[in-house]
Amino acid sequence: MPHIWCPGCGHGIVLNSLLRAVEKLQLERNDIVMISGIGCSARIQGYVDFHTMHTLHGRALAFATGIKMAWPLLKVIVPMGDGDALAIGGNHFIHAARRNIDVTAIIMNNSIYGMTGGQHSPLTQCGDHATTAPYGTVDSPFDVVQLASAAGASFIARTTTYHARDMTRLLAAAIEHKGFSVVEVLSQCPTYYGRKNDAGDAVAMMERFRDETVKVTADGAVPGDRSGRMDGAHEPVPVGLFRREERPEYCEAYRTRVMEPALEQAQSAARDVSP
Amino acid sequence: MSVERRLDVNRHWCKGCRICVAFCPRNVLALDREGKVVVMRPDDCIWCGDCEIRCPDLAITIVKEAAS
Repeated sequence: MPHIWCPGCGHGIVLNSLLRAVEKLQLERNDIVMISGIGCSARIQGYVDFHTMHTLHGRALAFATGIKMAWPLLKVIVPMGDGDALAIGGNHFIHAARRNIDVTAIIMNNSIYGMTGGQHSPLTQCGDHATTAPYGTVDSPFDVVQLASAAGASFIARTTTYHARDMTRLLAAAIEHKGFSVVEVLSQCPTYYGRKNDAGDAVAMMERFRDETVKVTADGAVPGDRSGRMDGAHEPVPVGLFRREERPEYCEAYRTRVMEPALEQAQSAARDVSP
Repeated sequence: MSVERRLDVNRHWCKGCRICVAFCPRNVLALDREGKVVVMRPDDCIWCGDCEIRCPDLAITIVKEAAS
C-alpha cells in the first residue's frame, strides 16, 4: 500500500534512508523500538516492522526515556517533526540531551506543521510564509545544531533529503552512538511550505538543499570566511557531523550511581536481620 | 555466472513526484501519461542508485539477478 505522505514529501526519503541504515547495521527488528509523537513525521513508525509506539504530541522522548531505562539493550529511535520536537516537545528535547540518554532523535525539519494545515513552527525561517503567518513569520527560528549542542547532546548532525547517502551514513552512526544523538534532516513539504512560499515542487526544493548547503569539515567546523556577512539570510546552511563525543550515558550512570549502591544497601540490611 | 541488473518500478506506490526523473544523471527515467515513472532508456542506466535512494515512495529498486 502506498504511504500517506503527499507526492514528493521528504519524509519518505527519511524512511528510505533509515531502512538502509538499519540494514547496514544489520540490526534485528526485535532490538529496535521506534517511538513517535504526532505529525506527518510521526507516521513513519507505522511503516516499519520494529517495535513501535505512537504517543502524545511532543512527548515521544519522555516515553523513549522510560522505555530505554526499563530495557537499556534496546536501540531506541525517535522520529519527530520540527513542531513536535522544538515547540510542544522543546523541554523534553533539551532535557533528553542534558541527560545524554542513549536515544536517537531524528528531527524531520520541513519548517511547517504539515498535518494540521501549514502553520509556522519554531523552525520556520524569519520572513517565510505559513497559514498562520500570511505576512511572513516574525519570529526567528531555533538552530537545532546549536540548541542541541548547548543542551549537551553528544552526537549532533544535520543533513538533507537531497543528501540521502549522507543521511544513511549519519543515521547509522547516530544509532550506533552511545548517548543522545540528534540528526536534523531538512525535508521538503511541497504541499504547504512549498505552495505558501512559492518554493516550487519537491525537485526545486531539493535542488535548493543541494545548492544552499555547505558541508562541514571533519572536525565539525564550517568552511569559508563568514565573518564579514551581516544579513544571515543567504548564508548556506552547514550540513554534516558537528559533534561526536563520549560522555557518561544516562542508563549506565543510573545503574552505577543509584541501582548498584541501593541493591548493596538492601543486601547488607538483609544480612543484618538474618540470624 | 554473470549478474543481471534491472530497475524495478512499483507503479502502485509511485506518486509521480518527479524526483527520480530530475536527479537521474543519465536521463533514464520519465513520467508516463498517468504521471507514473517508467524506465525509458534502460540501456543508459549506470546503476548509481540515485533514484532508488531518493524515492520518497520506495517505488524504485535495483534488482540483481543471476543471468540464466
